[in-house]
Amino acid sequence: MTSIETTQKLKAKFGDLISEPVEFRGEITVKVADAEQIVAVCEFAKKQLGYDYLVDVSSLDNYGDDPRWTIVYHLRSLASGCELRFKTDVSEEKSELPSVIGIWRTVNWHEREIYDMMGIRFRGHPDLRRILMWEGYPYFPLRKDFPLAGKPSDIPGVAFSKPAPLEGGPFVTVAGANSATTREPRVRNPEK
Amino acid sequence: MATVQNIEIPDSAARSTLAADELQDAVGDKMVLNMGPSHPATHGVLRILLELDGEVITKADPDVGYLHRGDEKIAENMTYTQFIPYTDRLDYLAPLANNVAYALAVEKALGIHDKLPPRCQYIRVMCCELARISAHLLGLGAFAMDVGAVTVFLLTFTEREKIYNLAESASGARLTTTYTRIGGLMRDIPPTWCDQVRQFLKEFAVALAEVEVLLTRNRIWVDRLRDLAVISKEMAIDCGLSGPNLRGSGIEWDLRKNQPYLCYKDLQFDIPTGSVGDCYDRYLVRMEEMRQSMRILEQCVNKIPGGAENKTHEPVNVADGKVVLPPKQGVMTKMEELIHQFMLVTEGMNVPSGEVYFGHENPKGELGFYICSKGGGVPYRLKIRSPSFINLSILGELMPGAMVSDVPVILGSIDFVMGESDR
Repeated sequence: MTSIETTQKLKAKFGDLISEPVEFRGEITVKVADAEQIVAVCEFAKKQLGYDYLVDVSSLDNYGDDPRWTIVYHLRSLASGCELRFKTDVSEEKSELPSVIGIWRTVNWHEREIYDMMGIRFRGHPDLRRILMWEGYPYFPLRKDFPLAGKPSDIPGVAFSKPAPLEGGPFVTVAGANSATTREPRVRNPEK
Repeated sequence: MATVQNIEIPDSAARSTLAADELQDAVGDKMVLNMGPSHPATHGVLRILLELDGEVITKADPDVGYLHRGDEKIAENMTYTQFIPYTDRLDYLAPLANNVAYALAVEKALGIHDKLPPRCQYIRVMCCELARISAHLLGLGAFAMDVGAVTVFLLTFTEREKIYNLAESASGARLTTTYTRIGGLMRDIPPTWCDQVRQFLKEFAVALAEVEVLLTRNRIWVDRLRDLAVISKEMAIDCGLSGPNLRGSGIEWDLRKNQPYLCYKDLQFDIPTGSVGDCYDRYLVRMEEMRQSMRILEQCVNKIPGGAENKTHEPVNVADGKVVLPPKQGVMTKMEELIHQFMLVTEGMNVPSGEVYFGHENPKGELGFYICSKGGGVPYRLKIRSPSFINLSILGELMPGAMVSDVPVILGSIDFVMGESDR
């Protein structure tokens, strides 16, 4: 069974829920119209079409467009080597869709990462915590409206609650500023 | 004035009841042990919260993210070529393989991945296999050291040093190689490089045999690794493991064979697989993979188009002025090439809008890049599927039931890099 045949089976089963397959560089992408149905579609893909291996889950921020979020699932069948990509849209007001953790266990950390980076919640995920950023961080850094330089935020926890000695420098030399001798405490004259 | 202090010394029977009481209290009490983020056995900055019942782990919660640098965010803000140095820092034990993986992903998006000149393909394959040996050597050396066999570490690091020399002679840098460019390579290999590789292979075969003698039938090594942290086939697939960890569980899946890229189709090599899926199997798979890499390298140095010295002037870059920088001589003398140079440096190559995923068999597993382009020289979204991140997510299921002293063994057998896991 090739990837394109599996999309025909999906179409036969789910009808309008599944879009026409798009092929680009030999990869097949299928759009799932309703994010709420993603569990049923994924379950069918795994049980009936043999997509037993979930390669990756990614997220896109279509900033300025509606719906804002797109979740991308990369599926693979280890037996036949077929690959298929599901995409589904989620609106910004909702920012929530069902988790597929009951189908592939590997999705656990993928969904936590998407929640951490984009702020999209997965209903039914048993442990939806931040994973790369720390607990309590107020922003979602991969959103397009988050600046590359970052935003200041209070860092909770005891380890870094006080400013570090030499915080803010001396790392960069500014033209016309003090020389290293006057700037760095360790080379200061102790008598002054 | 001297004071008198009474010291109560209970008899042995009283002491033993006292001790029994203490023991009674301890039973059922669980202790939470915070391992890492800075611990020699966590190979970087992995933190694991272990819940212990005596010496037995009842719960493990890995905590990653200490090395998060926001590589995906950074990628959205620069041209495709500018991101190549960042890939060195993903799996920093195999930067050459990361370079190749990223270049192939962008080339797939451009649609030129099947037009790469054969010489370029062979050089890239050699880079990947050297990187695989280098990464496995470090993983194995650190693994053995954590289990108590320090000699192996010294042996493997001696060999890694030679691979660093090879990387330096090809790319100019030992660690941050940035050797590939989109559509080719930074430069051709030096004429003596193939001989250097041959020399390395000769010496490495001896060293690998020595490591084999030290470990494979070593009673302590076998006893500590066998039947520990068994990953079944179903679990490996369900948890999305890749690379040697997947193959250690007996699944014959290698992207070099199953989805051949570069010139892997023309090369002879085998895919080792395990039978039980325990730590010992994963160790054996890595050992055999290094031998297969040697086999591939030997074929490559003999078959490389143009030969070692490239007397026939085989190209290493695709002949497309809109992707690859023109030669400097042309930039100074020809109008068209000056324009190409200017456009490539300022705007970058124009990647047509669309999305691609390319998975590459890296030493740690499948390193994938998902590129979503909306046209232009900057990716709209670049997702890195890092094998270490996904391989680590299994720890929470793997560790309960093992002893505290098994933790370094399990971590060593999973073989991860936090630079890649946290991105």
